[in-house]
Amino acid sequence: MVQFNLPKNSKILKGNYFKNKTESSNIKIVHIYRWNPEKNENPREDTFEVDLNKCGNKVLDILNKIKNDLDSSLTFRKSCAHGVCGSCAMNVDGVNTLSCMKSHKDIKGELRIFPLPHLKVIKDLVVDLSILYKQYESIEPWLKTSKSKFQKNEINQSKESREKLDGLYECIMCACCSTSCPSYWWNGESYLGPAVLLQAYRWISDSRDEDKKERLKMVADKLKLYRCHTIMNCTSSCPKGLNPAKAIGSIKKMLATS
Amino acid sequence: MSAYKIIDHEYDVLVVGAGGSGLRAAVGLSESGLKTACISKVFPTRSHTAAAQGGISAALGNAGEDDWRWHMYDTVKGSDWLGDQDSIEYLCKEAPQAVIELEHYGVPFSRTKDGKIYQRAFGGMTKNYGNEPVQRTCAAADRTGHAILHTLYGQALKHKTEFFIEYFALDLLMKNGECKGVLAWNLNDGTIHRFRSHITILATGGYGKIYYSATAAHTCTGDGNGMVLRAGFPLQDMEFVQFHPTGLYGIGCLISEAVRGEGGFLVNSKGERFMEKYAPKAKDLASRDVVSRSMSIEINEGRGIGENKDHIHLHIDHIDPKIIENRLPGISESVETFVHRDVTKEPIPVVPTVHYNMGGIPTNYKAEVITSNGTDKTVPGLMAIGEAACVSVHGANRLGSNSLIDLVVFGKAAAKRATELVKPNSPHEEISKSETEKSLDRFDKLRNGNGSNKTSELRLSMQKTMQEKCAVFRTEKTLKEGVDEIKKPFEGMKSILVKDRSLIFNTDLMETLEFDNLIRQAITTMESAFHRKESRGAHAREDFPKRDDENFMKHTLSWHNGDKVKINYRKVNLSTLSNDVQTFPPKERVY
Repeated sequence: MVQFNLPKNSKILKGNYFKNKTESSNIKIVHIYRWNPEKNENPREDTFEVDLNKCGNKVLDILNKIKNDLDSSLTFRKSCAHGVCGSCAMNVDGVNTLSCMKSHKDIKGELRIFPLPHLKVIKDLVVDLSILYKQYESIEPWLKTSKSKFQKNEINQSKESREKLDGLYECIMCACCSTSCPSYWWNGESYLGPAVLLQAYRWISDSRDEDKKERLKMVADKLKLYRCHTIMNCTSSCPKGLNPAKAIGSIKKMLATS
Repeated sequence: MSAYKIIDHEYDVLVVGAGGSGLRAAVGLSESGLKTACISKVFPTRSHTAAAQGGISAALGNAGEDDWRWHMYDTVKGSDWLGDQDSIEYLCKEAPQAVIELEHYGVPFSRTKDGKIYQRAFGGMTKNYGNEPVQRTCAAADRTGHAILHTLYGQALKHKTEFFIEYFALDLLMKNGECKGVLAWNLNDGTIHRFRSHITILATGGYGKIYYSATAAHTCTGDGNGMVLRAGFPLQDMEFVQFHPTGLYGIGCLISEAVRGEGGFLVNSKGERFMEKYAPKAKDLASRDVVSRSMSIEINEGRGIGENKDHIHLHIDHIDPKIIENRLPGISESVETFVHRDVTKEPIPVVPTVHYNMGGIPTNYKAEVITSNGTDKTVPGLMAIGEAACVSVHGANRLGSNSLIDLVVFGKAAAKRATELVKPNSPHEEISKSETEKSLDRFDKLRNGNGSNKTSELRLSMQKTMQEKCAVFRTEKTLKEGVDEIKKPFEGMKSILVKDRSLIFNTDLMETLEFDNLIRQAITTMESAFHRKESRGAHAREDFPKRDDENFMKHTLSWHNGDKVKINYRKVNLSTLSNDVQTFPPKERVY
């Protein structure tokens, strides 16, 4: 078997330890990945003792508490805190999820928080999603219709046709699914990945769209689409309970039968 | 501050903010052929428009007869006659086409049996000038904002809008009273950028985070408002802060008014449907200020729910679970995630929670920013739209679903006006160095803050003061205390401590810059509230319980220069824009 070593500067070192200074005994030990691009240092894993007595139930509450009370330099994205903006996606206890929706009470013992896997880290828990955004753009996520927007009325769509978009349009582009997919890890620049394919399928499925054939043709590619090997990590990690694997399956089926 | 290297850009028009209004403006501008940049501190689909749930109002008449004039009447009444009627006419008249356009862009609206856009009932929306409720709020289940935001981002991509994502706007660059662009900080690589533009459109959203408990996102820090104050211009009607009746108790997460629109109702600890008492006709669908006040009274008089009798129950457990699954799936999910309850079986614990800022940057209905030295004057080169702006269509109280329509109607209006004003590719003027230096100096000082006050502590002190002294009910005493107390966190900035000195994705510094914006808005909000000695819409004074049209039917303007606040007033516009509708004269507001 081939053996290889990771480059020296990629090794995660043991970092700083932040001791709890309150009287509380309700303490959670939290390990967090840290890396500062402006310092020529290896990434490290800092450890924080967090007093849970004055902390909300979600992982994001812990992060906010650390940032406010223990170390204001801790860097992560956050916005709505209610699971609709998709900013605070990260790897919590080994699973990609939204830190604002994930309860830390579900996690026994010590808590480990890492950036979404297999993406370039910008700083601490902030990752570079620009490739995924470019891929999203590439599927042309807008309605293609010959009907003028100056029309007086909406384009008619039956309730049943509209229902076909349920489970697709709700995606918040948090990237939990794509970054949990081993195939996307290996071929992230050419395979579109589950998040983007789910959106491709959302437009393919819209009865108002007049470009279904072209859209299918656009993704029918051995790298863009067929790098999906039905591993299903995407579906199990989606914090919104969506099923990208099924959407990808449906696209494949459409292509096979058209 | 020459230590910072500056990267220059030139655009015909610059949009700051990529939520619903910013994107709608950017789409219109890109379509018209103007060289447009849109800068945003978050990726566009992360903007707070995504959190809007219930819907977008427009008199389409898909569920029975409707008329934009009725919508206008409801909005004027909802505003407690503080809204400008020319702008409200524009909003309501343009609304139907704006929604049809969104539908053509691809918004996945829910549908009626005959395939039209589904519309639901919402608070304060009525038929025939205040009679029975009307279904006017167009919905994509309870994820309307999300659906609109993602669709508009798609349209912006289609029209090749140039985005600068995760750029934090620092200050307006002014020259002789005209706006010439914006200085911004690129979080991803730490560089400083100077955008020169003929028109700058601020679409930077509200400032809900001046309060401790709000439905607002962490990013709702009113950065555009802060920039406007620093540039020496006033904000308008800052005292009008909407408390949404149904924020999830203990969490602050929004529970859409759509819940009541679909038949949900509120009960107190005695099991009484108390809204019947306060609003005999509209009941649970009275406008938000009325419902929030009624809930607060119930809680204050000891009829709240729970151990501390501090919240109210919202019931939808009587509604067919299929309907809930279909029309309120997001609510069910939020309640399950945050308080582990099944809405089809149990009530939802709710409490009035800060939700929306009616006040903001004063503009006319063309989105041009207005300042005043006795008479109104537009600020050349500067526009504002969305929650950042105070057009004013919402006056003293916004009706539910009128904010999403505000975003797209005035986003579109701003693009239209900019197209009239700017000739594509016309040359740019030089901006004086001192203007850039001034902004970088502030940036650098905060970045190297080596004092003793943590940003998080100052922010918490501000939020607690706002929460305690400027809540649903206000008095001379609480507001006077508030005016004094709220200055302290501002003064505390003189000795601020920022630990992270780096430039790449320094959120420690970003939160400090956001705090610098927030605290100025907190101060002007408190002062404006102190000076308005009447009750109108969301501003309820226990010591002045009546509306006082004679003395206070006027917009508050507040400036923040250094550490002083100046208050002045300007007239409410009661005249309509056209003869299609007549002015709705002030009368008593009963639901």
